[in-house]
Amino acid sequence: MEFAELIKTPRVDGVVLHRPFMPTVEGTLCLTGHHLILSSRQDNTEELWLLHANIDSIEKRFVGSLGTIIVKCKDLRVIQLDIPGMEECLNIASSIEALSTLDSVSLMYPFFYRPLFEVIEDGWQLFVPEEAFKDLESMTDEWRLSEVNKDFSVCPSYPSLLTVPKDIDDESLCKAASFRHGGRFPVLSYYHKKNGMVMMRAAQPLTGTNGRRCKEDEKLINATLCAGKRGYIIDTRTIAVAQQAKARGGGFEQEANYAQWRRIHKAIERSNVLQEGLIKLVEACNDQSHSMDRWLSKLEASNWQSNVKEILTTACLAAQCIDREGASVLVHGTEGTDSTLQVTSLAQIILDPACRTIRGFEALIEREWLQAGHPFQQRCAQSAYSNGKPRSEAPVFLLFLDCVWQILRQFPCSFQFNENFLIMLFEHAYASQFGTFLGNSVAERLKLLLSQKTVSLWSWVNRPQELERFLNPLYEPNNLVIWPSVAPQSLLLWEGVFLRWNRSTKCLDEAYQEMVHIIEYNKELQNKVNSLRRQLAQLETEDGPLQTP
Amino acid sequence: MEHIRTPKVENVRMIVTPRKSTVGTLYLSSTHTIFVENSEALKETWVLHSLVYNVERLPANSSGSPLIIRCKNFHVYRLLILQEKDCLDVLACLTRLSRPERYGELFCFSFNPNLDKELREKAWGFIDLKAEFSRMGIPRNLWHVTAANHEYRLCDTYPSELFVPKSASPAVIVGSAKFRSRGRLPVLSYFHRDTGASICRSSQPLSGFSARSSDDEQMLQAIMKSNPVSEFMYVVDTRPKLNAMANRAAGKGYENEDHYTNIKLQFIGIENIHVMRNSQQKLIDVGELAAPSMSDFLWGLENSGWLKHIKAVLDAGVFIAKAVAEEGVSVLVHCSDGWDRTAQACSVASVLLDPYYRTIKGLMVLIEKDWVSFGHKFSHRYAHLDGDPKEVSPVMDQFLECVWQLMQQFPCAFEFNERFLIQLHTHIYSCQYGNFICNCQKERRDLRLKERTHSLWPHLWENRAEYTNPLYRTGHSQTRGVLKPLTTAYCFKFWKGMYSRAEKSVASYQSPADCLNAVREESQQLEEELSAHQERLAQLKERKTSGERKKSNKLSERVPRPIPIESELSSPLDYFTAPRSEKNTPSFTLPLQLAAPHKNGDPDDLSTCSDFESGVADLSSYSSSGGDDTKDPDSDEVVKANA
Repeated sequence: MEFAELIKTPRVDGVVLHRPFMPTVEGTLCLTGHHLILSSRQDNTEELWLLHANIDSIEKRFVGSLGTIIVKCKDLRVIQLDIPGMEECLNIASSIEALSTLDSVSLMYPFFYRPLFEVIEDGWQLFVPEEAFKDLESMTDEWRLSEVNKDFSVCPSYPSLLTVPKDIDDESLCKAASFRHGGRFPVLSYYHKKNGMVMMRAAQPLTGTNGRRCKEDEKLINATLCAGKRGYIIDTRTIAVAQQAKARGGGFEQEANYAQWRRIHKAIERSNVLQEGLIKLVEACNDQSHSMDRWLSKLEASNWQSNVKEILTTACLAAQCIDREGASVLVHGTEGTDSTLQVTSLAQIILDPACRTIRGFEALIEREWLQAGHPFQQRCAQSAYSNGKPRSEAPVFLLFLDCVWQILRQFPCSFQFNENFLIMLFEHAYASQFGTFLGNSVAERLKLLLSQKTVSLWSWVNRPQELERFLNPLYEPNNLVIWPSVAPQSLLLWEGVFLRWNRSTKCLDEAYQEMVHIIEYNKELQNKVNSLRRQLAQLETEDGPLQTP
Repeated sequence: MEHIRTPKVENVRMIVTPRKSTVGTLYLSSTHTIFVENSEALKETWVLHSLVYNVERLPANSSGSPLIIRCKNFHVYRLLILQEKDCLDVLACLTRLSRPERYGELFCFSFNPNLDKELREKAWGFIDLKAEFSRMGIPRNLWHVTAANHEYRLCDTYPSELFVPKSASPAVIVGSAKFRSRGRLPVLSYFHRDTGASICRSSQPLSGFSARSSDDEQMLQAIMKSNPVSEFMYVVDTRPKLNAMANRAAGKGYENEDHYTNIKLQFIGIENIHVMRNSQQKLIDVGELAAPSMSDFLWGLENSGWLKHIKAVLDAGVFIAKAVAEEGVSVLVHCSDGWDRTAQACSVASVLLDPYYRTIKGLMVLIEKDWVSFGHKFSHRYAHLDGDPKEVSPVMDQFLECVWQLMQQFPCAFEFNERFLIQLHTHIYSCQYGNFICNCQKERRDLRLKERTHSLWPHLWENRAEYTNPLYRTGHSQTRGVLKPLTTAYCFKFWKGMYSRAEKSVASYQSPADCLNAVREESQQLEEELSAHQERLAQLKERKTSGERKKSNKLSERVPRPIPIESELSSPLDYFTAPRSEKNTPSFTLPLQLAAPHKNGDPDDLSTCSDFESGVADLSSYSSSGGDDTKDPDSDEVVKANA
């Protein structure tokens, strides 16, 4: 086994672990192929089990022969290990470094993880496109499921089954695909039942500098418009960025060729800029010595909140075009795998109450992120503590979750899940025992045989025992479109993620418990009253007529 | 009434958001501006003249003359008046009426909630400071009430009853008062029973560069000795050290550690009232920005310095509370005059130290004690009368905000909710009740306020259900003991409920607290129903056994059918059906039933009939940014389409 080669020192005694807001633990440090384990060997002390994949970066320090390793995790936690012995410390550090940066996906923990629970409902089979299409079919017959991408040759980042307008044949789809970046031709993202309007997504058109056009592409998106109706193309880039893209063969839809469409440009940042923002934000959050001025200016400089606002605003715009303007919408940026997905998925949360349930939200992530080809493997390879030069890492999915949290906070009764659910998804996107977020596309996942060789996150989450933690006690289903405020004073820093390890959450946890108590007590009373009422009714009918005083 | 030239203006447009407005009639009464919508509901908006901060007229345009009314509680009303002459009349009238020149003009002297004399007097006795000092459990052998300030002889801005160390002789008391700015000598503010340490307050000593007073030195010594276990005491000067030093040139300053035995001097660095006034103005401007970007907002927040000042006040409270509770050391707190920063620091420390002050009644008591009785200059600070604008400063606003910031960290620790703080804030400015009129107890006595005005406290107490935090439960760990808040910069938040009223009225959000209150209310009703059912069940069982006995005797007897009791037939879910059905209608209105009960046209409720309609998205705020529009004429089409 190649892991053994990487582990120079598998065990060190007398290691002291420091974690924020927790007592220090002294014990034995063990390294396995996938975990860093610290155990005090006492029954009542919590052990540390840390996935190597969760380690973002490490730092080592020496004072005499006492070495210290600072472990910075992708979930933003920072822990410290004091290791006696310089050699041991150096060995441990280099082992951790090697094990946390394994190149081969098939060496990742999900391929070795065996669940200790019985998989009752296989998450890999839960959200198949055929099922989603059945729902669509019950509402409209304007769409068909195309197998044009069966072998992923038309578009390597798309799934094999795609929902497209009924009247467009596969040949036209191929032609449209050749006109779109990465072959990502316009496909259905969401059907708004209320008025039959749709949201589609794609990648940028390859107009280039000489204004190439593609009749099939025009026909494809026009097929989604009702007679005499206009639609909106939401380009997530500024006009300047979109213009620049022309020089590299990309571009945007020309009015002349898309006369029935109105184009709107927004300014969602590109992924490498987002990554810098995350690094700056986490740096600011981790420095508790900041004065108020410095903190606020660092928060501002990170641009994180600005990014949240811009993404949410664009999603609201898309939702508004559909619901209020009664118009269909096409969303794209450059590749159509990042900002595009943020916008289409958030718009659905605003418009569709089903997406605010746990199952519905899982389905949304499957549909709009995993199957839609968001490159999780690349984007989540490193988190806020990465010090190497960023390759294609970017907190695109984390920003999406942050935006969902902002809506959840503004509409605390409209979501079946709570904040913990979102935090859990953040953690698993970056490091997990489950295979769900491995790979960059459906094609890659098939090749890796993930559904056979790994366990799906959903198989675990949807077990009633786990689900309980993620249920929002305030949830009251409603059929509303919910319009969040995007005013800066309404958007807060997501403390549950960014300040999670920097303060004690005892009082906030207690408040949450209190809330659960109040609601549970109410339910209990309702049950009691109902059962008494039944008893009474029974007694009164059984016994026949009785006088009331 | 002589100032009202135009009592009624018709066809006035009230602009709620750039794309939403209503037309109605504007009335001016001697106390309120009233806007009545022309709609069927005749929705009324009442604005108290004394709450008006300023009135601004913008240049007339084709649709009329715009008038902006800004209130001291940060409500802003934008009106459009057809005739310029009417607009000028309204402007002149409001400008005059919102700046009363004499106490007699204040609303509290005409406000009449129909209470008879006896009830009014009883209402004034609702908060009893004597009872409060005995609640603290002050040991009688160490502290006592001195008669030195009887008839305000010693210090006219202090209460007449003062708690001082029993060991301080009358001569020492008088001597100490002479050595303190405005005679505000060190006296007891709070006694912490658990450690025996106390918080005392005063103004700055008249030390200059070299002056000293053995009486004042003995006074401090007496305070220290009143805490028998400690060997020293802290003197907390809440000012920045530089300010304190500058005061020496004026014959004032701070305690010389060489002259006073066993004191430790600590400067905290809360800025003066002028800095705070400017800071809040900048903050208000941030709240008023039209469609700010995130950078505008965060930069504006930083530039205002407001949260930095809030942190300074809270830090002062934390320092004092820690000294008293953890070190068991008494603290003397002062600033310059000892009525602004000192009041803030003492009251924040008290909230941290004593769970009682975190209850509805307790906070009232605390405000009455540390602010009202100790001569915080309410009328000057909150511009009750037209006067020196340099005297105005949001000192109390900052205290209330510190409490709010604490509520964010300790959601279960406070019996009251945010609404209570906002209501208190409004009434500090409103002049509707007599509590906060004048600058000290003596002035209030001379004006016979208790005979001529009403007290706010019983009114708030009666409506306490509205101000209750659903998460508060006596016996919860957060409701006991000392609060130890974190004061790292990132713990402080912008108080949206206070400073972004406009943003709140555009979109109404679900509030978890309101939902929980509704659930709790329902539970209460269920409890009642439960016991009614249980009773009924017992009754039926009783009947059943006796009926069976009867049956065996007289089989032929016919008993009439039971009459169904209405309440038993309705399902318990009925309490919820209203909000539920509301939710199912596609009206984009969130469950209003769960939101604050808002009283239309109740002059007592100083807030207006705020708009509860859910945030129907406003395209303008989502529209693309500048550069696109010029290059791409299509890009702003959506905005036009929606306009």
